[in-house]
Amino acid sequence: MKLTFPQLSLVVLVGTTGAGKSTFAARHFKPSEVLSSDAFRALVSNDENDQSATSDAFDALRYVAAKRLARGLLTVIDATNVQPESRRPLVQLAREYHVFPVAIVFDLPERLAEERNRGRPERAFGPHVIRNQHRQLRRSIKGLGREGFRYVFVLSTPEAVQSVEIERQRLWNDRRDETGPFDIIGDVHGCADELEELLTRLGYEVVERREGHGLDAGPVYRHAEGRKAVFLGDLVDRGPRILDTLRIVHGMTQAGSALCVAGNHEQKLQRALQGRQVQVSHGLAESLAEIERVPPDDRDGLKAQLVPFLDGLISHYVLDRGRLVVAHAGLKESMQGRGSRAVRDFALYGDTTGEIDEFGLPVRLNWAAEYRGRAMVVYGHTPVPEPEWLNNTIDIDTGCVFGGRLAALRYPERELLSVPAHRTWYEPARPFLPEGAAAPALTAQQRHDDLLDLAGVVGKRLVETRLHGKVTVREDQTAAALEAMSRFAVDPRWLVYLPPAMSPSDTSREPGLLEHPTEAFAHYRHAGVGRVVVEEKHMGSRALVVVARDEDAARKRFGIVGPGCGIVYTRTGRRFFEDPFLEVAFLDRLRLALTGASLWEELRSDWILLDAELMPWSAKAQELLRQQYASVGAAASASLPATVSALETAAARGADVGDLLEAARTRQASADAYVAAYRRYCWPVESLEDLRLAPFHVLATEGQVHVGRDHVWHMETLRGLSEQDPALLLATPYRVVDVTDPEDVAAGTRWWEELTERGGEGMVVKPFEFVARGSRGLVQPALKSRGREYLRIIYGPDYTLPENLQRLRERGLSTKRSLALREFALGIEGLERFVRREPLRRVHECAFAVLALESEPVDPRL
Amino acid sequence: MLLTITTTHRPATDLGYLLYKNPARVHTRSLAFGRAHVFYAEATEERCTAALLLDVDPVGLVRRGPGERSLHDYVNDRPYVASSFLSVAIADAFGTALAGTSRERPELVDKPIPLSAHLPALPSRGGEGLIRRLFEPLGYVVFATRHPLDPAFPAWGDSRYHSVTLEATRPLRELLANLYVLIPVLDDEKHYWVGEAEIEKLLRRGDGWLAVHPERELIVQRYLVRQRPLTREALARLADDDPDPELTETVHDAEEAAVEERLNLNEQRLGAVLSVLRASGAKRVLDLGCGEGRLVRALLDDPSFERIVGLDVSHRALSVAAERLHLDRMPERRRARVELIHGSLTYRDERLSGFEAAAVVEVVEHLETERLPAFERVLFEHAAPGVVVLTTPNAEYNVRFETLPAGRHRHADHRFEWTRGEFRAWAAGVAERHGYHVRFLPVGQEDPELGPPTQMAVFER
Repeated sequence: MKLTFPQLSLVVLVGTTGAGKSTFAARHFKPSEVLSSDAFRALVSNDENDQSATSDAFDALRYVAAKRLARGLLTVIDATNVQPESRRPLVQLAREYHVFPVAIVFDLPERLAEERNRGRPERAFGPHVIRNQHRQLRRSIKGLGREGFRYVFVLSTPEAVQSVEIERQRLWNDRRDETGPFDIIGDVHGCADELEELLTRLGYEVVERREGHGLDAGPVYRHAEGRKAVFLGDLVDRGPRILDTLRIVHGMTQAGSALCVAGNHEQKLQRALQGRQVQVSHGLAESLAEIERVPPDDRDGLKAQLVPFLDGLISHYVLDRGRLVVAHAGLKESMQGRGSRAVRDFALYGDTTGEIDEFGLPVRLNWAAEYRGRAMVVYGHTPVPEPEWLNNTIDIDTGCVFGGRLAALRYPERELLSVPAHRTWYEPARPFLPEGAAAPALTAQQRHDDLLDLAGVVGKRLVETRLHGKVTVREDQTAAALEAMSRFAVDPRWLVYLPPAMSPSDTSREPGLLEHPTEAFAHYRHAGVGRVVVEEKHMGSRALVVVARDEDAARKRFGIVGPGCGIVYTRTGRRFFEDPFLEVAFLDRLRLALTGASLWEELRSDWILLDAELMPWSAKAQELLRQQYASVGAAASASLPATVSALETAAARGADVGDLLEAARTRQASADAYVAAYRRYCWPVESLEDLRLAPFHVLATEGQVHVGRDHVWHMETLRGLSEQDPALLLATPYRVVDVTDPEDVAAGTRWWEELTERGGEGMVVKPFEFVARGSRGLVQPALKSRGREYLRIIYGPDYTLPENLQRLRERGLSTKRSLALREFALGIEGLERFVRREPLRRVHECAFAVLALESEPVDPRL
Repeated sequence: MLLTITTTHRPATDLGYLLYKNPARVHTRSLAFGRAHVFYAEATEERCTAALLLDVDPVGLVRRGPGERSLHDYVNDRPYVASSFLSVAIADAFGTALAGTSRERPELVDKPIPLSAHLPALPSRGGEGLIRRLFEPLGYVVFATRHPLDPAFPAWGDSRYHSVTLEATRPLRELLANLYVLIPVLDDEKHYWVGEAEIEKLLRRGDGWLAVHPERELIVQRYLVRQRPLTREALARLADDDPDPELTETVHDAEEAAVEERLNLNEQRLGAVLSVLRASGAKRVLDLGCGEGRLVRALLDDPSFERIVGLDVSHRALSVAAERLHLDRMPERRRARVELIHGSLTYRDERLSGFEAAAVVEVVEHLETERLPAFERVLFEHAAPGVVVLTTPNAEYNVRFETLPAGRHRHADHRFEWTRGEFRAWAAGVAERHGYHVRFLPVGQEDPELGPPTQMAVFER
């Protein structure tokens, strides 16, 4: 005997104790699929026969079953289940998770069970127990369908039990194996003229044309490249050529060039054709009238074809390995790929409250605003003036029959195509194209993104990145970031990126040095990177600069309404300029330069995100300088000359202070060198004229994250930009070094020496490609080799003393490097999500994660 | 770091006997944080200068093992300035002199001799004024020059380091004891953990002068790094043998008044918030930005509040609150009424739904103005309690605070402070956008022209 039921079911075994349910379950299901009441009794009480534990055991069992069903796993309940009250919660559970309740009943002779139990002394209940159970079971059988079981199988003989084969059926809506490409078409409502035009524009051709009045008459469309049309339902009612529309769609589905889901209008038409009582409203009259116009001889034949066609329409499809879901009125994540009355109702009517609005239409809840699913959901049902993305869902019903347009979404391209309605075929109950209403300033997604959810950032997080797989962020790290983000960071809509940490090169063993480029070159050589780009490292403050061509462009792309066409923020997401006028002036100059360099046109974008260093250091680090760097300099300058002078006096009178004096003089020289080192990076800032910006990455522009371009492209593009305003913008000197060529390496090293001797901070060594992979995966995106004098402001004036250097060389770089890779991957991931126009929460998740990882205690001097 | 002590006592070289360090030699001692050297810059009959040179090793201090208090940064002023490191070195190198013993010159121990101490870099949190206030009452003539932060950048202003010479005729042990105590007090920092034992040290070194010092409260407070229980105990013990009880009394009163004034506004604000919440009849209440939990505690004490949730963005504040409320040993019933949660007022948070009232006390001014719209939606659109009580400083009143420089905010973290007009305009807008009525109440002593120090808005749906 073959038992066939959907692969996502809740299978309830019904039978007396000793009926052989567990043996049956073990034979046909995986052990993890079977939840047995005995096992749960044992779990909660140590005794599988302890009847006092039954209630606790069932609580636990239902809890586990719910978790499994939520994950979409078939689950078998192995308990006697002979009473309706024990089955009722199970049916409810199946409904809650939109899976099919299946009953398999073991209606076997009582003596069989008695015999089996006799062999098991722990089950010495006495014969009356089985007798009672059997009686209850027999009483149950007839009503199982009414109780809600969609499939009921009754096994009445041991032979029947023996012969069972189970077939798990794929759900009707499961078309994961169809990967497209698709052309998804919104509500047609009998607008066959526009449909034909749209199909032609989409590249569909008529391959066959049949005569007659039946459903199988008319043209058959097919796409030469094998694309498939997907109709979102509501083919019928209201419009002028309802039957032709049905014929086109029917022909295409028959020919395999289209899929079609049911709309609420199909459902109603079908009920009308089956002679049920329905209210003839909302355009149903047009459909019925058209059918009436079919010559009487053909009419019944047509109806006979129509009813099964309409009845056979599935309420939603899951396509392309689960990446795409289509349903007439949309579908929330917990219902996708499931089957129940509730799922069908949602797919057909949407998330309704049951209330009616002022136009007599049902009030709809905006399920899309809450949607967080991975699958793209394309739907129709509610006419909108413009299709708008919201959380990876889109309504493409642009109200053709009401005089709007018939729209199609090309998948996976995400391109919208539409043809205007030839006329208003039907007056809408509610004006869907309000006359004179200005288009909203922000898109639906931007309006939705105005506020982010706490649940989307806190707790332990796993962020999937393209470059580096899953990145884990611990709960304590996100907690730390929440405070920083809430108290100090700029509006998350601007904050699309935070830069990664950068590790120094391995510690040098050269006398008197802590860092040297040799190690950086060697690092990349060993990682399998042949060529690197070395760039002068500027000592200022890291600045991320978002600048749009104008306020309009800023609003459109970043969703920020108000003055300002950009922002400058620091590596921790704080606003760089406290003075708003200075920020505006700064951005204006930059915009002029971008315009002058024709970068808007060249990059086909009206906004740009630059990664840069803003100088002088003293502009942003004023407090740090005063509190720490200048203070230490002042203290040393006050203390050391007095020490030297006291020791000189002592030496003059013959005291044995030679070593002390020598040491004090050395320290004084170090302190002077230290003061000289930080002074190089300080100058007073009174106006814009005193600022210098050295951009080094063109991170992103419209539609593009420029990680596919090598660093020479970035440097050259930015050199072109800098030439437009050399007073403000600084082109960074750089060179390309072949790390496998000793001469080239030596030249690169000399370059560093010259640079640092002139007082430069040092240099940054990057793989030639923006994203480089080596034998062990992602390679460090950059390493810094800092100069000897610069490091005095990191490691202290006296760090070059041999006894200090020796200790300072003991530094671990692995944590910093691991962080650098993870943050790099997160930063790029966030940008890629941003340019793909994903919801802000998906972009913010990445920036938030970078900030969270930065809370990791790492030696701040690295 | 260098300390020199010069005397013109005759014969000046007696200083060597007093310090128990032979002027002919260089003495070096190892300390936990570096080395101390004693040498004599001059040593004649007329004049003798002993120098204590302290080498602090910042690399060693940064790289200390776990459990030891370490420095945060290699770039550190500690090697160059007079600080608690120097006090430790004084006690170590000049221990016998500090204790008031001398084998060779016992008669000199208590004898006032002309002394001059020089510190080339003495940090003072409180400037030259505080240096004078600390040393002059003890009879020193003080010469102090302040060092600029960086002569190349005059705009940066002065550093907190002073070159200081102190002159007085007094016993050497007194000079050493004064320096020992007052250097870390001026620096306002200690390089080691301060516990009970520190009180003993302070009382021993302060014997005979601290109890009558007009700045003794400040000295004790700072010496004990502002640990209140320690400070109280030390002051009490000082007062026990206080020769002039009346004097201490007046000092205490003044102190209390200053504290009272602050307390009063806090108390009044809390009281006003409680009154509104009580009058609203709310049973489920949010304290948004609960900080260290003062309002939460007051709400807990009133059983009519059945559920109290305190939210703060600072994890640290929440753990302090949990500790102050004794959450871990609270009776079950009381414990069940309260919850402290970590969250932010700029993110939508489901946990904030379903409350009848919310208090937002002195919180909005800590948000960037550009984030206020998000805050508004989180609270009034999504959490949407029936009543919202919100307080914020009244900027107009700031001129009444004598210690507050004009144009400055009351707290460094305040991003803005509103005038009454600004606050009312904002609150009215919020109320209109989200369907609330708003009324305004004064908190604190109202000034006829400037209004109250704190302004309060009560929103009701």
